[in-house]
Amino acid sequence: MSQPVLVIAEVRGGKLRQVSLEALQAARIARGEGADVQAVIVGSGITALAAELAGYVGGKVHAVDHPELASYNAPAYVQAVKGLLEELRPARIYLGHTAEGRDLAPQLAALLGAGQISDVISIGEGELYKRPVYAGKAFEEKRFLSGSGVVTVRPNNIPPAEPAAAPGEVVDRDYAPPADLRSIVRDVLRKAGGKVDLAEAKIVISGGRGVKSADGFKPLEELADVLGAAVGASRGACDAGYCDYALQIGQTGKVVTPEVYIACGISGAIQHLAGMSQSRVIIAINKDPEAPIFKVADYGIVGDLFDVVPLLTEEFRKVLA
Amino acid sequence: MNIYVLLKQTFDTEEKIVIEDGRVSDDGVKFVINPYDEYAVEEALQQRDQHGGKVTVVSVGPDRAAEALRQALAMGADEAVLLTDGRIGADEGAAAAALEKYLSGQSVDLVLGGNFSVDSGGGQVAVRLASRLGLPHVSSITSLRIDGSTATARRDAEGDTETLEVTLPALFTAQQGLNEPRYPSLPNIMKAKKKPFQTLSLDDLGLSAAEALTERVSLSLPPERGAGQLIPGSPAEQAARLVELLRTEAKAI
Repeated sequence: MSQPVLVIAEVRGGKLRQVSLEALQAARIARGEGADVQAVIVGSGITALAAELAGYVGGKVHAVDHPELASYNAPAYVQAVKGLLEELRPARIYLGHTAEGRDLAPQLAALLGAGQISDVISIGEGELYKRPVYAGKAFEEKRFLSGSGVVTVRPNNIPPAEPAAAPGEVVDRDYAPPADLRSIVRDVLRKAGGKVDLAEAKIVISGGRGVKSADGFKPLEELADVLGAAVGASRGACDAGYCDYALQIGQTGKVVTPEVYIACGISGAIQHLAGMSQSRVIIAINKDPEAPIFKVADYGIVGDLFDVVPLLTEEFRKVLA
Repeated sequence: MNIYVLLKQTFDTEEKIVIEDGRVSDDGVKFVINPYDEYAVEEALQQRDQHGGKVTVVSVGPDRAAEALRQALAMGADEAVLLTDGRIGADEGAAAAALEKYLSGQSVDLVLGGNFSVDSGGGQVAVRLASRLGLPHVSSITSLRIDGSTATARRDAEGDTETLEVTLPALFTAQQGLNEPRYPSLPNIMKAKKKPFQTLSLDDLGLSAAEALTERVSLSLPPERGAGQLIPGSPAEQAARLVELLRTEAKAI
């Protein structure tokens, strides 16, 4: 039997994240149909989620269920999977390139003395992993030179895995909290309820300096509500204090690849384009017909976002009702 | 307090990428301190000014990375160390190995780095280093308060804010919003030239190799995006037409 491959699934808001199914699919593509793909899920009260995951994995699903694992904490989560890694010695580990995955993956890579390829968007023949560099101004293909490897998968790029022919077996694993937890989570403040996550959003509505104020984001938020979209921003809007840096899209900030990206009042500086130009359909709304954003937009509207965006919201309300 | 800042020199974010002979051309490119590392430098200076101590900026990179270290000295860092050697492999594991070897020989209270670099963007080196050194870490922080040997940090986790408490020595990586990096003043630029600057090879570190565990096989530019169509008419007509196009032509909504 070949060395197993391990997918580390992520729980967020009581749900299995879609990116975990994308990581599972990445494992299947990269390692072929015959690979022994197993998964581990870490959390508190996750019996149903482990069973749900097993429906996709087909192989073993290891569940580490403990009240102290209710939310992500670096040393606790490393402790939760460490024993399993030592037993399985997986050839590869796949996880989402999310806040949790980005933090956990390099620790596991260091622990195993493994290479890591981050933020993978597709996998080619010969186990070549494609990923953006310079935030998407270029792309590279990488491979592992030897030994084991850790891969983080960018949300929304690799199709999620289909259910397995037969569900896998769930194996419960014990968790022994580390003797000295040198990092303690004191408090977790969840962002405002119901908001769609930028990285995983299918539609992103983004505002730039043209929104003129924090209030100027309101029409964008209304459109986002109608479309189930996430709201983002350019560096200009963040620097001007119209919104939080957590919304920034660009080479600094987040890189997004939604189905539809609607840029409102954004001129299209090269550092912003890096963060969104791989979106499938780009729409630009800007008063300035010379704005560089129109050069990458599939559909452009030269006009005032404060006129156009509320009208768009109305139109979508009509057709989606 | 002995504070170390991990710093990488990167292309300015306004630079275009040109590929020549399978490599990214750096002809005429403006180089800067990786923007996230700049927050780390600023945080180190503020913590030093509050608690006393020394800030050392450390980089793994080619000779030109010395410029970025000098920039950090001009911002106010006290000393700089450049780890440079053709035998340091070109990936995050190799950089972390060299940094580990250097830092394990120092007395360290606080290590700060950027959340990721805007060029290769792996987001691995600092966290790998923390694991290798056995230091607790918090990544992607937006605030840091130090009280004796306890640090309280706020971490940005996809819009959620986590508050964590760790015992020093510890490592933190900076997220946007942590602070507002200062510009070097002219007198500080002059002073920076006289500050201690060490250049170390793998031999100096007592390492025979720092091997990469991954390699780049190819490099390409994204497909050109042609300009699309401008939608004419009154705002109401434009809005209606756009919705129609998105549903029929683009089949996106």
